[in-house]
Amino acid sequence: MKKLTTPQDFFDYQSEVKKSVDPKKTQIIICAGSGCLAYGTQKLIDGFKAEIEQQNLQDVMDVRASGCHGFCERGPIVLISPGNIFYQKVGLKDAPEIIEKTVLNGETIERLLYKDPQTGEKIIREHDVGFYKKQQRFILGQNSQINPTSINDYLAIGGYGALAKVLSETKPQEVIDEIIEANLRGRGGGGFPAGWKWDSTRKAVGDPKYVICNADEGDPGAYMDRSILEGNPHTVLEGMLIGAYAIGSSEGYIYVRNEYPLAVTNITLAIEQARELGLIGKNIMGTDFSFDIQINRGGGAFVCGESSALFASIEGRAGEPRAKYVHATDRGLYDKPTCLNNVETWANVPLVISKGAKWYQSIGTENSKGTKIFALVGKINNTGLVEVPMGITLREIIFEIGGGIPKGRKFKAVQTGGPSGGCIPEEYLDSPVDFDELTKLGSMMGSGGMIVMDERTCMVDIARYFLQFLEDESCGKCTPCREGVHQMRVILDRICEGNGQEGDIETLEWMGQAIADGSLCALGGSAPAPVLSTIRYFRDEYEAHIKDKKCPAGVCKALITYKIDSETCNGCHLCFKPCPTDAIAGEKKKLHTLDQDKCIQCGACYEVCKFDAVIVE
Amino acid sequence: MENTIKAIVEKYDSNKGFLVPVLQDVQKELNYLPREALDLVSKFLKVSISQVFEVATFYKAFSLEPRGKYQMALCQGTACHVRGVPLIVDHIERTLEIKDGETTEDLMYTFETVNCLGACALGPVMVVNEEYHGKMTIAKTDKLLKKLGKEGNA
Repeated sequence: MKKLTTPQDFFDYQSEVKKSVDPKKTQIIICAGSGCLAYGTQKLIDGFKAEIEQQNLQDVMDVRASGCHGFCERGPIVLISPGNIFYQKVGLKDAPEIIEKTVLNGETIERLLYKDPQTGEKIIREHDVGFYKKQQRFILGQNSQINPTSINDYLAIGGYGALAKVLSETKPQEVIDEIIEANLRGRGGGGFPAGWKWDSTRKAVGDPKYVICNADEGDPGAYMDRSILEGNPHTVLEGMLIGAYAIGSSEGYIYVRNEYPLAVTNITLAIEQARELGLIGKNIMGTDFSFDIQINRGGGAFVCGESSALFASIEGRAGEPRAKYVHATDRGLYDKPTCLNNVETWANVPLVISKGAKWYQSIGTENSKGTKIFALVGKINNTGLVEVPMGITLREIIFEIGGGIPKGRKFKAVQTGGPSGGCIPEEYLDSPVDFDELTKLGSMMGSGGMIVMDERTCMVDIARYFLQFLEDESCGKCTPCREGVHQMRVILDRICEGNGQEGDIETLEWMGQAIADGSLCALGGSAPAPVLSTIRYFRDEYEAHIKDKKCPAGVCKALITYKIDSETCNGCHLCFKPCPTDAIAGEKKKLHTLDQDKCIQCGACYEVCKFDAVIVE
Repeated sequence: MENTIKAIVEKYDSNKGFLVPVLQDVQKELNYLPREALDLVSKFLKVSISQVFEVATFYKAFSLEPRGKYQMALCQGTACHVRGVPLIVDHIERTLEIKDGETTEDLMYTFETVNCLGACALGPVMVVNEEYHGKMTIAKTDKLLKKLGKEGNA
């Protein structure tokens, strides 16, 4: 492959690549994100390829293993383009039929179509599916248009065009001004304006300057950064290159979780491909601008998503944060000026540059521009990744895009912002989603996890869950976080075990405040948030645990009893085998009984009963 | 072992900044990080043994104990949690008679709960030696353990 030595050289090569795409050739696009691969999608991809080869149809159709399409609930997902025909829950045996009927004869296959749960109507095209209708997928939408392992696919949709544009006609300071004007705010959690960060790094004294991509996505229930890295690694590289050019940096790092093997593979390959074309390396497109990127795999520590801990980890030390009297933009990695943004932020950069700050500003709310990708998970019908304009309401996301709560149960709360965030109850569902509104509600945008909870979720247990997580992940350096979070968890443990005491809620409140005030880094500073927000909105549930010794949601083991309902039990015997303590007695086809002395509340009988005859009290 | 570790360190140009990836690769080769390996990394990378030990014990991904033939990683993400993972944790601990993070005496199973795997649509999800098992229940866990037991002893 030849190196591109001028921006014009690049544009020529790009139009060559665009011309080589045959628009008449049908693309069978199979989602091969980690979510769908977990369904066994690789076999499906191989199956399609083998079938096409066997029937000698290579000239008419292609199989494209693409990045994540977002609708994980319905995987494996297959898109047929042109036509945008959307097939869901596709199995290996469906492959020959799809080729025969849909690709060759233009017929749709009814049983593979998505059925609208409200109207019962079968939907043919992807953009008509309720899950996709309200989304604006500027970033995620590119995933299905490309094979992430092909740089030419990315070039064909205009990729690296924004880089060529800035290298040929824009001064570094003008790039920064454009990003500031667009008001692109950091997608990693804090929402700090990216342009200001770039500007400070550019103006800081020190050499070299570093540009880093934070891909240490650790919030439980959040996987959008992984999907971008897996599905469209070049757009992240392009964003970093533009940032590096603007800042005046020649060295970059991508710090990525080792638990994301596919993301590591794809981004590694993307760097090699970009280097071969001369898009990464020395004198990019023949200009004075040189930039190279290294990949660093994380060691599995949540705190390393924090900037100063991340730098320590790249330097080969334990990932402990330090006090930040001096900003990373002045002294970050190896004590040099460093600009750290997360994956989604970098992925927004080419978009801002190619479409312009004015266009970008037209999307979103007054102080939060553009789109945000959320991982919509938990007790929700349509689990998946959604990209929505800032300002959309929680209700629209959960009930229109997400399709509401499974089994017709009642919505209780939505948790945003990961372990540093909070739980938002139903009365605020009509609040617009943006950086500032979520903070007002006692939660935060965070990196984009959105976990839906229903009436069967215990809010005290959830608060305990997050504290347990943070206690495990606390690096142990500062006392308020190391000891304080532990002590709060001890109190929550005892509340969940039925030993809660009068005054526990108040103790949690003042301790939370003290930990927030006294901790060194953001992990400790925001650690009490899940407890404080659940107390704020669900105080009655805490009180039920402490005063009445009851868990209203039926979750906390010490406070519940399982019973067999004499009216609904038909003696099917299904609960017999799973019971680990032989607590269930009774003959087949006769009413069963449960021995409370033997019962250990494991929930096995409850889980298997098909007639709702096991009840929790 | 000496040659393996030397080769890994050289792959990273003996650069001290790559201590974490070096340990990751060593663990991949040896299944865990025995004391001898830590000493060799310290020697070849010219990093003090105390720093190697600090890093090896700080990050979750590293194990100083031998690990089982089947490494069961049960996702502890919030989505899996609200869908009932705690019941499955209890069940596995009771069945295998080990606690979270431990290995059975016969070195057959290592069971650990891990941070979010990002396969939330499949929650509760468990990965056994890189193979995903989705929508886990107590009953499905039993079936899986039975199957692994048969395979493992075959």
